[in-house]
Amino acid sequence: MTTPPAPNGAVLLRVRDLKTYFVTEQGKGTARAVDDVSFDLYAGETLGIVGESGCGKTVTSLSILRLIPEPPGHILPGSLIEFDGNNLLALPLPQLRAVRGNQIAMIFQEPMTSLNPVFTVGDQIAEAAIIHQHLSRGAARARAIEMLRLVGIPDPDERVDHYPHQLSGGMRQRVMIAMALVCHPKVLIADEPTTALDVTIQAQILELLDRLQRELGMAVLLITHDLGVVAGHADRVVVMYAGRVVETAPTDALFARPMHPYTEGLLAAVPRIDAPRSRLHAIPGQVPAATAWPTGCRFHPRCPYAWEKCAAQEPPLLETGVAGHTARCWLVTEPERRQAKR
Amino acid sequence: MTTPTPVPSPQPLGPLVEVRDLVKHYAGERRWFGLGRAQADVRAVDGVSFAISGGKTLGLVGESGSGKTTVGRTMLRLQEPTSGSMLFDGNEVFALDSGALRALRRRMQIVFQDPYSSLNPRMTVEETLREPLEIHGLNGAVPALLDEVGLDAAFAKRYPHELSGGQRQRVGIARALSVEPQFIVCDEPVSALDVSVQAQVLNLLADLQTKRRLTYLFIAHDLAVVRHIADDVAVMYLGKIVERAPAAEIYAQPRHPYTTALLSAVPAPHPRASKQRIVLSGDIPSPAHPPSGCPFHPRCPHPKKSERCRTDPPPLRPITPGHLAACHYAEDPM
Repeated sequence: MTTPPAPNGAVLLRVRDLKTYFVTEQGKGTARAVDDVSFDLYAGETLGIVGESGCGKTVTSLSILRLIPEPPGHILPGSLIEFDGNNLLALPLPQLRAVRGNQIAMIFQEPMTSLNPVFTVGDQIAEAAIIHQHLSRGAARARAIEMLRLVGIPDPDERVDHYPHQLSGGMRQRVMIAMALVCHPKVLIADEPTTALDVTIQAQILELLDRLQRELGMAVLLITHDLGVVAGHADRVVVMYAGRVVETAPTDALFARPMHPYTEGLLAAVPRIDAPRSRLHAIPGQVPAATAWPTGCRFHPRCPYAWEKCAAQEPPLLETGVAGHTARCWLVTEPERRQAKR
Repeated sequence: MTTPTPVPSPQPLGPLVEVRDLVKHYAGERRWFGLGRAQADVRAVDGVSFAISGGKTLGLVGESGSGKTTVGRTMLRLQEPTSGSMLFDGNEVFALDSGALRALRRRMQIVFQDPYSSLNPRMTVEETLREPLEIHGLNGAVPALLDEVGLDAAFAKRYPHELSGGQRQRVGIARALSVEPQFIVCDEPVSALDVSVQAQVLNLLADLQTKRRLTYLFIAHDLAVVRHIADDVAVMYLGKIVERAPAAEIYAQPRHPYTTALLSAVPAPHPRASKQRIVLSGDIPSPAHPPSGCPFHPRCPHPKKSERCRTDPPPLRPITPGHLAACHYAEDPM
């Protein structure tokens, strides 16, 4: 992969040739969920990882902190996840634990199932501060209240003693964010942080994440299926399909001129609030199974432009000519074929 | 498909479906041997009225707890209403006995949100599609149904777990179509699907509507999805319709601040699109304890918001012909 020019600042997290496979039941073979994924996360930026179900975006995020259940999953030798000069994949567990939740934190999609129902939210927020920063219980409680205030929960002195079931979905997601940020991590991985929320609450949470990122100066890896969410909140975007990175670009460039036919199709399929009633563009067919990715370009069976070469040979990520914009598509080398199809 | 005798009523003069003052309250928990506090009733649907003309689609939009799903279910009497009226082709659905209701159900069907839990995992696709035909004593051809929803005939022998989400939702649609209904409640039919598949299913629903002249109540939380299918749109908040208008109009000039905020909250798939975004503060209140006056007043960002909003519930009233809104300041939209 070609490394795009550094936006601002240094590479914080370097993912190279990441392969995470799963052994399936009933001998259906190996699911190559994440298959040779590389990208960089720079200090202070928001990098969006976009794709539909089964593209490998969540497995990628779980692999970074080695949260993949083994078995059935395993991260293949040769994969590299470099943070702070260390390969996280080779780090002994105690040292990895010092990174998890401390320097790299994560928030999950389901605020209901990711909180422990039998502890107060204050206890859950304070836990990481006690473990990683060795705060006393009193100091950790004060920190928890401070965090609740930071994430915009009213009456934090009271809420700190509440249990998750006493909070609404939006409030729970704010508590999740407070838990993740209590140690002031350098990297926040947000995996579909707003998918389970109503649209007005989603807008609140996304605004909160933007504000916290500015205030705390952390880098955010924003994993989502929603192109609208990355458009408004990411600096750069990685598009995944069938376990591969198929396109990567600065957000403006990606939306101005998507180069991969999958990205193009996905953008056209999004229902638009600012367009009159019309038929939507649909990508024909469906995502193939991870146990049997197509040969050649993995998108070619669904691609409107595909020709013989696409079935035979998988393209590498090719430079498109725009700084930091690469696409895994032969059209980059033969752009006239795109025109011919239109 | 062979069509058995009944129904095709001549072009109805009025609407095909008409709901008047629909109310559904769920009883709160009662005191147990006089101990503890009695809980307030949950007013899930609180006086909802609308009509849908034959062959048209009403988009019913709202967030969790707005009561939109309850409206769809009580209309088909999958849940019994507390009060109100539902006319289907001139028949009062809420007054029917079970035999008459069963006969009418043939003409009113539903497609559910979650294609994973709404199909019986132990039945093949063919069995699933044949069941409603048998119940209603119809002769329908399963292969023709599958073809109509874009599935290969080979799918007949498969079980739900062998299908993707989009394929399951196609089976759910085929099941609703099997009895040749005139009216279908589509309850969030694409929310569980990926974007590219969602577009396929929305297009399919639009094609079927044209071909079979179906009437839809399309329930959704997503105003962008509704834009692509609805002729009219009604927006619900805490059990009430707060705005109702022809689709083109509600998107061009929303009159209720809640609709304005909902429209502005949809993330647009292009960068820097975010005009001035309105981010509502606070959570959606519980329908067991709706705020006084206008139910939206605690979150309302309207600059003219006044004491009147806190005390005086605004009625749903026409602002321009065909465009209704329940806001004291609908003449000065945000």
